[in-house]
Amino acid sequence: MIEVQHLTKRYGPTTAVDDVSFSVERGEILGFLGPNGAGKTTTMRVLTGYMPPSEGKAIVAGYDVMEQPIEAKRRTGYLPETPPLYPDMTIREYLTFVARIKGVARAQRKARIDSLMERTRIVDLAHRQCGKLSKGYRQRVGLAQAMMQNPEVLILDEPTAGLDPKQIIETRQLIKDLGGDHTVILSTHILPEVSQTCHRVVIINKGRVVAVDTPDNLTARVGGSETMFVQVDAGGADVKTTLQAIPGVTHVTGGDTPGTVASFEVNSETGRDVRRDLAATIVRQGWGLLEMRPLRMSLEEIFLHLTTEEAAHE
Amino acid sequence: MSNILAIAHKELKGYFASPIGYIVVGFAAILFGQFFLGLLYFFDRSQLQAGSGFQGPQAVNVNEMLIGPLFLNVSVILLFILPLVTMRIYAEEKRSGTIELLLTAPLTDMQIVMGKFIGALILYAAMLGISVIHIGFLFTVGNPEWRPIATGYLGMLLMGGAFLSFGLFISSLTKNQIVAGVITFAVLLMFWIINWTASFAGTTTQAVLNYLSITGHLDDFTKGIVDTTHLVYYVSFIAFSLFLTVRSVDSERWRG
Repeated sequence: MIEVQHLTKRYGPTTAVDDVSFSVERGEILGFLGPNGAGKTTTMRVLTGYMPPSEGKAIVAGYDVMEQPIEAKRRTGYLPETPPLYPDMTIREYLTFVARIKGVARAQRKARIDSLMERTRIVDLAHRQCGKLSKGYRQRVGLAQAMMQNPEVLILDEPTAGLDPKQIIETRQLIKDLGGDHTVILSTHILPEVSQTCHRVVIINKGRVVAVDTPDNLTARVGGSETMFVQVDAGGADVKTTLQAIPGVTHVTGGDTPGTVASFEVNSETGRDVRRDLAATIVRQGWGLLEMRPLRMSLEEIFLHLTTEEAAHE
Repeated sequence: MSNILAIAHKELKGYFASPIGYIVVGFAAILFGQFFLGLLYFFDRSQLQAGSGFQGPQAVNVNEMLIGPLFLNVSVILLFILPLVTMRIYAEEKRSGTIELLLTAPLTDMQIVMGKFIGALILYAAMLGISVIHIGFLFTVGNPEWRPIATGYLGMLLMGGAFLSFGLFISSLTKNQIVAGVITFAVLLMFWIINWTASFAGTTTQAVLNYLSITGHLDDFTKGIVDTTHLVYYVSFIAFSLFLTVRSVDSERWRG
């Protein structure tokens, strides 16, 4: 659905996006992750036809954004970082204007606008001026604008920035619902957002793609060794040494808290599942096994890992 | 075409959603009235003098002595008012980020520029429309010829169109409204006074300078003459400015 090939964008001497390639399948939600200034917005602006690339090409919904911009734009909805609202227009006037320039047939305009306002929960404010809306509502109007012509591709630049926690959850749910029918690219620098909403992640740093994978695979790939979290009621016995003696266990930390209940982090060799042995050993000692769960490397850690690795290369 | 109209409609709504539309039309109305009153007194006195025979039997003509000068006077205030109309057109879209909506919607640059131009032209036509009241009043008390009036309005529309298209171009170059307004005003003023030095120059230079003068082409229209020289001047001025605007919007994308 979206094909980005060797995309490069330079602003004078600075290179904002450097040889970026990735593709997005139909119905997929792709997360675009990176620190501020990594080139997320620039890439999105090229995809939406707002600006041409310096090199490389982008194909959206089967149309090259440079060769056939009108056809590509007809099939793309775009929510920029700041929702592009006219402060003097009311929400309904604004959406009517958007419907006109996006080619929604006159007969369907009203129904389309009503259903979008319903979906983004702005019906009550239909006659409020856009300039007087709070950040959260501006974002919703922007989202309604992006979905206007029911485009195949939706490109959302930080759709949850500036929203309160309730609105964030609502917006994420809305985006999840859009997946399947629509192909979505969303950018963010909030990591849990990616693991919650996206099928795949592109991590970008300093204009380059650092990794492209599913959130799960990324976790597994960077994890290296496996870590288990264990909580044991051993009545003060020396749990640490016992656990370290289990074959496959490389390292045990924790157990420093006073009292009978102690928590440990048990590292084991990669690919070796020590969970059974761990449980059996603890039970055989007559201790109470209160909790045991795998500790996975969080996306935050992966992100830092990948982006600092990149820096070390230079 | 429907895209152009959608943009024009939005622009026009924008003028009247903010105070700018009302201020521009309102002050234009006051100034028109003042000019009209002054010229009417002057015309009245000339008529008395002509009647008393001091200047011979020459009849005074309401078209030549009142309506023609009214158009020329109004053309001066356009120089001040129209840059105020055009300075916000692109600058405002850039500042508020709505330019991203327009440039990522399925519209060509040409459609956006044309829509904005037509929107501004309609506002200007509304402003000009107020003078219909003054001139219409003359028909109730006198007997003016309507043909020079019609060509006069055509000339005014073309000249205003030239001012607006140029202002639109300057607005597309900057994010700052004040800068856009001042540059537009200064350059239009330049075009207005460019032939003042003509009489001191050689014949060829004189002809060129006179041809470039933006207001010099209006005279014949107010006398009822539609000369193709003047038509070509205004139409090509407008077309060239709009072309430059399209190029400027396009180059903005490349520069980022």
